[in-house]
Amino acid sequence: MIHSLFLVNSSGDIFLEKHWKSVVSRSVCDYFFEAQERASEPENVPPVIPTPHHYLISVLRHRIYFVAVIQSEVPPLFVIEFLHRVVDTFQDYFGVCTEAAIKDNVVVVYELLEEMLDNGFPLATESNILKELIKPPTILRTVVNTITGSTNVGEQLPTGQLSVVPWRRTGVKYTNNEAYFDVVEEIDAIIDKSGSTITAEIQGVIDACVKLTGMPDLTLSFMNPRLLDDVSFHPCVRFKRWEAERILSFIPPDGNFRLLSYHVSCQNLVAIPVYVKHNITFREGSSQGRFELTLGPKQTMGKGLEAVLISSQLPRGVLNTNLNPSQGTYNFDPVTKLLSWDVGKINPQKLPSLKGSMSLQAGASKPDENPTINIQFKIQQSALSGLKVNRLDMYGEKYKPFKGIKYMTKAGKFQTKGLLRGRAWDLKN
Amino acid sequence: ELTSYKSFVEQACIVHFLISFSPSRNEDLKEMLESNKESLKLEAMKRVVGLIAKGKNASELFPAVVKNVASKNIELKKLVYVYLVRYAEEQQDLALLSISTFQRALKDPNQLIRASALRVLSSIRVPIIVPIMMLAIKEAASDMSPYVRKTSAHAIQKLYSLDQDQKELLIEVIEKLLKDKSTLVAGSVVMAFEEVCPDRIDLIHKNYRKLCNLLVDVEEWGQVVIISMLTRYARTQFTSPWKEDGVFDEHNERAFYESDEEKTRDETEAKPYMMDPDHRLLLRNTKPLLQSRNTAVVMSVAQLYWHLAPKNEVSIVTKSLVRLLRSHREVQYIVLQNIATMSIQRKGMFEPYMKSFYVRSTDATHIKSLKLEILTSLANEANISTILREFQTYVKSQDKQFAAGTIQAIGRCATNISEVTDTCLNGLVLLLSNRDETVVAESVVVIRKLLQIQPTQHSDIIKHMAKLFDNITVPMARASILWLMGEYCERVPKIAPDVLRKMAKSFTSEEDIVKLQTVNLAAKLYLTNSKQTKLLTQYILNLGKYDQNYDIRDRTRFIRQLIVPNDKNGALSKYAHRILLAPKPAPVLESAYKDRDRYQLGTLSHTINTKASGYLELSDWPAVAPDQSVRNVEVIEPTVKSKPAKSSDDKFYSDSGEEEEKGSGSSSSEDGSSSSSSEESGSDAESHVQKNSSQTSEESDKSSSQSEKSSSESDSEKKERKTKTPLQKKTIFNEESWTYVTKQQHTKTIFVNVINQHSVLQTFSYSHWSTLCVSLFTQLCPLSLAFPLQLSGPAFVPEKSHDLLHRMTGKGLSAQYQFPRQPCLYQPTMVSVQISLTNTTDHPLEQIHIGDRSPTGLNIHCFNTIECLEPEASVTVFMGIDFNDSTQAANFQLCTKEDHFSVSIQPAIGELLLPITMTELDFRKEQGKLLGMNESSATITMAAENMTSQPISRPVATVANLGMVPSSQDNVHRFAGKTANSGAVVLVTVELRGESTALITINTEKSVMGSMLLRDLKLALAQA
Repeated sequence: MIHSLFLVNSSGDIFLEKHWKSVVSRSVCDYFFEAQERASEPENVPPVIPTPHHYLISVLRHRIYFVAVIQSEVPPLFVIEFLHRVVDTFQDYFGVCTEAAIKDNVVVVYELLEEMLDNGFPLATESNILKELIKPPTILRTVVNTITGSTNVGEQLPTGQLSVVPWRRTGVKYTNNEAYFDVVEEIDAIIDKSGSTITAEIQGVIDACVKLTGMPDLTLSFMNPRLLDDVSFHPCVRFKRWEAERILSFIPPDGNFRLLSYHVSCQNLVAIPVYVKHNITFREGSSQGRFELTLGPKQTMGKGLEAVLISSQLPRGVLNTNLNPSQGTYNFDPVTKLLSWDVGKINPQKLPSLKGSMSLQAGASKPDENPTINIQFKIQQSALSGLKVNRLDMYGEKYKPFKGIKYMTKAGKFQTKGLLRGRAWDLKN
Repeated sequence: ELTSYKSFVEQACIVHFLISFSPSRNEDLKEMLESNKESLKLEAMKRVVGLIAKGKNASELFPAVVKNVASKNIELKKLVYVYLVRYAEEQQDLALLSISTFQRALKDPNQLIRASALRVLSSIRVPIIVPIMMLAIKEAASDMSPYVRKTSAHAIQKLYSLDQDQKELLIEVIEKLLKDKSTLVAGSVVMAFEEVCPDRIDLIHKNYRKLCNLLVDVEEWGQVVIISMLTRYARTQFTSPWKEDGVFDEHNERAFYESDEEKTRDETEAKPYMMDPDHRLLLRNTKPLLQSRNTAVVMSVAQLYWHLAPKNEVSIVTKSLVRLLRSHREVQYIVLQNIATMSIQRKGMFEPYMKSFYVRSTDATHIKSLKLEILTSLANEANISTILREFQTYVKSQDKQFAAGTIQAIGRCATNISEVTDTCLNGLVLLLSNRDETVVAESVVVIRKLLQIQPTQHSDIIKHMAKLFDNITVPMARASILWLMGEYCERVPKIAPDVLRKMAKSFTSEEDIVKLQTVNLAAKLYLTNSKQTKLLTQYILNLGKYDQNYDIRDRTRFIRQLIVPNDKNGALSKYAHRILLAPKPAPVLESAYKDRDRYQLGTLSHTINTKASGYLELSDWPAVAPDQSVRNVEVIEPTVKSKPAKSSDDKFYSDSGEEEEKGSGSSSSEDGSSSSSSEESGSDAESHVQKNSSQTSEESDKSSSQSEKSSSESDSEKKERKTKTPLQKKTIFNEESWTYVTKQQHTKTIFVNVINQHSVLQTFSYSHWSTLCVSLFTQLCPLSLAFPLQLSGPAFVPEKSHDLLHRMTGKGLSAQYQFPRQPCLYQPTMVSVQISLTNTTDHPLEQIHIGDRSPTGLNIHCFNTIECLEPEASVTVFMGIDFNDSTQAANFQLCTKEDHFSVSIQPAIGELLLPITMTELDFRKEQGKLLGMNESSATITMAAENMTSQPISRPVATVANLGMVPSSQDNVHRFAGKTANSGAVVLVTVELRGESTALITINTEKSVMGSMLLRDLKLALAQA
């Protein structure tokens, strides 16, 4: 399956290599570098690159390319999914997955990769099992290790790997037994200039942090499970029970994990929590353009909009901007032409606005496009779809755990298009 | 002293300085590795691993590193393993030093240590240790721990890549591991199967259902591998589910499958499609995995449904695939590619989710173009206006490559949906005044294609393009316009020469492609309108003649010869008009994903659209499904005889009666089924009455012919007579020269039930007989001085027979066996087994004989080959099996001329004994020698009707082949026997105590047999 792995940074240097079968020369990456050069943006490097003897399958995360070398037929998603799992594990272990973090922890990285694949086939990818095998580095442990010469490789053997519930280790003990669930929803939307929704959908996840002693068996039920149109589960969830009763029944892994991700199907019923009005005009022949942007809350169910951030890619012809935000700070990068405005919290009484002028390249023709505006925001204490957890019960253990549930809505890919539609072409329908 | 110390320190510093900056920096690492301090070694190893990670060469440290392979420190050891696996290939001789450490660890009591030793051992790519690896793999494959077995499955692939000659041996291990029931092993062994012997589909048959059922619990990576293997398997084993439900198909895909349908239409109409239950099982068991968090699993289920499910069921995967689009960019890329292929054939699947494919400005370019591709495929009359509106915004995107792609997509929509062709064309013409060159160029190219496809009057568009010609700078676009002018020069007779005039002016400064088209245009105009353009053409041809580019020079020369008439080449120029202005086929605008599904979806080959190495072709559905029974697992459940018209069963009333008994498990003793037992009884008349009554009742149920009945009647009569008494039987085999044969099967300890079937009459007969024996013996006894373990005749022969080979599995050959409890004639250590073979087919079966047996050392005396068994006929044969005093099943093959059937006989413990006679005194004497360890006993509660002596001996004799010992006490019953193989004495005492309790005591040196026998007896007496 996976023959070798190369880690490549954004400047095109290989800073780590690992081989599971015989060694593949790093010159195989030249094909990758070629593709990298051809691509205008880092994201545009194709994930699958065939070379004469190998196939390169890569993922890009945290500005690092994880390039897997494949020798024969394998489902590409298999490799891609695995590489993402590797990145998740690194992030879990080191807090961040950066070149520096990986270089600092090269031994742990190597030990992890050794455990995760055997002969190129995934062996242990559950973070619980890995953490039993190799303890994540902490500052304290690093200090202790240097002094005492002890190791961060687990002394005891990972029993979880052998059990029926490989995601949970045995003998878990806590003094405070707690289970927290975060319902996080992201809204993806494309809004046109007039404010009508082109597409909008809600994707949600339930992330859990469970610290419970022993082998608890949890059930989680919803007030309105019908909202969930399509779901995917952590392997711990009993699918039959969900099919029959729409109840999540599971023995949780220890610590943080994603219990569920779901899709809410209500194509036109999604409440759009924010609106943007923008007016960008360029006059023919003039070297000045006007920029006006206001935004305000729409349907937020009484909750405030927070951490609002506006960004937009202005046309190439724009040299510089001279804008005035009513609140927050704005920034325009004259090289990338990226305008970003950190609005912060929206006060419904005093709507934030950004107004001013743009200077255009002298002699250039009038930019033909109204830019797309990307919006990010957060709404605390509310799940936009209205999903509500009904109750959480625990079986199998005697103690009474502390339970908590939090809701949040975020903007995913939320953008307003700058164009009026259906103007140019006369369509019959 | 102080100064000397100082100078020493200084020297040390210098030395250190030199070391750290000398070219061979690894010297210090070597020193650290060879030091005594664990922490130094660890530190050194960490740095070595750092070197390896950076791709630096650290191979010269090999000797120093390999010394630490047996270190106690786990982390150090692991790092040494990492190093070893990396460099062993380069330093083979030195690597051998470490092998013994692993060999030792392979025997460790801790499963994880065994597993990790095997992992590393098999990762060392040194050909010389192949035999060691092979041995280790074999051993690990039968390890107790599933984790170790999993590791061995991984090791198989490693060994195979190291030495392909081991293939056959490895296949054996794979076969063994495939039978494993652990979910841990399943994924890994299927992976090994795919790598080593993907063509050995036959290994899967028996494990198919197990794999389907385990699938949900297998770890996610294994699921992917198993699903893709099962997809291939299903395509070879089941018939196509696609033909029948063609009705559900949309019309466009109908066309795609038309050829298929036509071929099989007749067939389909004749026989409605029935999905194989195993096919359904696979679909049903994979469906929940669509909810997996692992995108690869979801994709593999989606492709399984695509390739295997009936057409109307495929759409259940849609939602999950659309969900995957929320995942990472790379996942989106692969999923979109697969959706692109799917959506060409089945628009309906993805149309409701059309908006999920709308392009976002933040998408990567390849994602954008895939989404365009899908949107184009999804376009139909109903949604085209929405899609076109969306496309218009894309055209204005800053990503020009994407904008160009959109224009091509518009072109495809225009050709596919005739209603919007004009709208699209007009829209594209508007784009011609776009400020962006790429957009204009692409529009021109697409317009040209559209005009070619739509040869209607579009001269105004051509005129418009001619007007724009001056402003268009992109060569491809200019060339396209020139080509259009030439092709349709008769429709724009005034403009075309003018364009040519302009081109003549700028010819030298044009790009090559434009020059070629200018020459083309000139030639075409020369032919149609030579009056106006003759001079211009000649001018251009002259320019072309001296062009720098040889292509243009060649073309010019060719054109000149073709169109300008002169003396030499008159022949060709006659056809010049037809050559240059021939009607040209319109270009086909179609998706790059058309026919991509020749590759299995979700594979690497599908993604790169070429066959990747190691790609396994998905076969076409077989026209006729191969034998389904191959997937039946060996243990055949005893078939409850609920169906009438089983002619094979008619022949032996005993069988049918017993089968009923078995099925119902009833304990009634005096019902109609007792016919089976009547054979033994002395009163023939009464038994015949019983038998006949049961026969008539059976007859009324059965549809088999009367003549058949009568023939079978005589058969069974014969058999009856034969089994009547042992003595008689013996003569019969002599007469007809039947052979003794032995066999085995899974006996379901049904003996208990047998008891119930015996009438009181019978009890009389055998007890009478045995007392007769014993009294005879006791009379003879004084004559023989030495105490003999005198064999006696069986106290009772149970008529219970067991299925050896069911007629369904045996392709019409059915076989049943029973234990006649006779000492075997061939070897005294064997147990004799009587086998009844019946041919239920309509053709004679030839050469029925015993084939291979297992365990191979199994000592069997086979029956002589039966040359021919006529239809509906049956024959009884005898064989002898040496069970070696164990209840382990004897497996062997029952062969006919064409087929081999694996069968097995598993004896109950009581059948391994032979009855002996002895006096009470001898019994006590023997018992006295077999105390302590050799004695096992139990107290049971018995039913009241068993409290007299005769009923006690009956169940005991039914369970075990024991002889009765005369007893002086009324409440104590003694039985004696010896084991067939070793001749060890087995003594059974049943002592009745009080109202309903009894103490069973068994004395034998074979204590295992003793306890098994005790269990059987307890069961028999308590239940009775």
